[in-house]
Amino acid sequence: MKLTPPAALAKLLARLPAYPASLAFATAFNLTVWKSLQDLDWEALQERRFCVHVRDTGIKLWFSVATSGLKAEKAGQADVTFTATLMDFTRLALRLEDPDTLFFNRRLLIEGDTDLGLRVKNMLDGVEFETLLASFPGVLGRLVNRVRERALREGMA
Amino acid sequence: MPKPLLELICPAGSLPALKAAVDHGADSVYLGLKDNTNARNFSGLNFDAKALAEGVRYAHAKNRKVLMALNTYPQPTTLKRWQQAVDTAATAGLDAIILADPGLMAYAMKTHPHLRLHLSVQGSATNYEAINFYHEHFGIQRAVVPRVLSLPQVENVVQHTPVEIELFGFGGLCVMVEGRCLLSSYACGDSPNTFGACSPGHAVRWQQTPTGMETRLNGVLIDRYADHEKAGYPTLCKGRFEVQGETYYALEEPTSLNTLEMLPEMHRIGIAAIKIEGRQRSPAYVAQVTQVWRAAIDAVKRNPATFKPQPAWLTQLDKVSEGSMHTLGAYYRPWK
Ligand code: SF4
Repeated sequence: MKLTPPAALAKLLARLPAYPASLAFATAFNLTVWKSLQDLDWEALQERRFCVHVRDTGIKLWFSVATSGLKAEKAGQADVTFTATLMDFTRLALRLEDPDTLFFNRRLLIEGDTDLGLRVKNMLDGVEFETLLASFPGVLGRLVNRVRERALREGMA
Repeated sequence: MPKPLLELICPAGSLPALKAAVDHGADSVYLGLKDNTNARNFSGLNFDAKALAEGVRYAHAKNRKVLMALNTYPQPTTLKRWQQAVDTAATAGLDAIILADPGLMAYAMKTHPHLRLHLSVQGSATNYEAINFYHEHFGIQRAVVPRVLSLPQVENVVQHTPVEIELFGFGGLCVMVEGRCLLSSYACGDSPNTFGACSPGHAVRWQQTPTGMETRLNGVLIDRYADHEKAGYPTLCKGRFEVQGETYYALEEPTSLNTLEMLPEMHRIGIAAIKIEGRQRSPAYVAQVTQVWRAAIDAVKRNPATFKPQPAWLTQLDKVSEGSMHTLGAYYRPWK
């Protein structure tokens, strides 16, 4: 499973304005995984601003958490910023990778409010992968699962 | 009942981690509640009542045990909450609780006489007199020995106590004779023994700067990593400090304990259980490490004489390790 974006694409992505990218991300997120996450205790996260920085594409996504899901935010100050490559974010999302391992290897950086960052990480870790998967539309869910199973078999986990 | 031998005890900071441990071959899983009654007090981590009930159900259905760490020290004003945690463990059907505070042991013994008690590593008992004392007075049935004894010293303990001895097999190292370290109090006012963490999330700050990634604990710079350097946990003991004009790891280098190659010795001595560190880590880590240790313990039990750690196991464990190397810790050292 290789997920390194070609240099030209990365350059193009980096030049896109941040808000549409954040909006696209928040919308996609709300249409898929939000359903399985909405019952979590988001209380402590209200009004806080997050930034996900995809290092190799140059993309930065800004958002906050509202009662109805993620809300895209304009570029600016974030309370906590996560930085990693597209591949590593994908592997984290698929639960193939341990965040601490990535941190030791300097592949994951958490800047800003560490406690907030840890809270998000731990809350997401507490949700079972099957639960997340169940909130995806059928075909997409099966596809995601197949990618994960294959990566596990290939011993990339 | 025969004494257990090399049971595999795995960490869980969440329900998925517990299931990963059970599915990959843990004999027991240990966990904590969502507050400072245990020494992995991090935001969003650990178990609430619902997750606890489901975890116990899941493990018991597969004949595995669940242990609860209640290994910090209550203060006069908070004692009630610690006692309630003991009650929670007893009602939820936990197989044992892991305690450090003698007052809490007395409470558990009186209130829940059938609840099995383990002495936490935070209890800091390093000799058999101390362990036997806990046994006689509170009925402690197992003791987790601090990671500061050499294996011959551990053997001496095993020979002089009826209490089962549990050793750390893998994971982060804590050099300060667990339970006796106050280092973090100096930087941020929170000690591991009362707050439940020596790198409290609220005090930790990481920042990428032109000269490297800086780690601070309540503003105190504890390390700066160049881009190629591996990072360690943001604890004071693993920081680099200037001592007499030289900047280096003055207390401890970030390394992981890995005792895989000592399994035949541990088997011979009669170590009851091996503990894997890492309740703060993700289900992916728990799955990977449990799998390796299950295979290794099975292999040593089949034939201790021919046991050799497989290179693939070591590679897998090194991959998830803190720091760039692993160590046998104090278990292997010629001096006493
Ligand atoms: S600061 Fe280091 S030695 Fe002290 S409790 Fe934390 S890990 Fe152990």
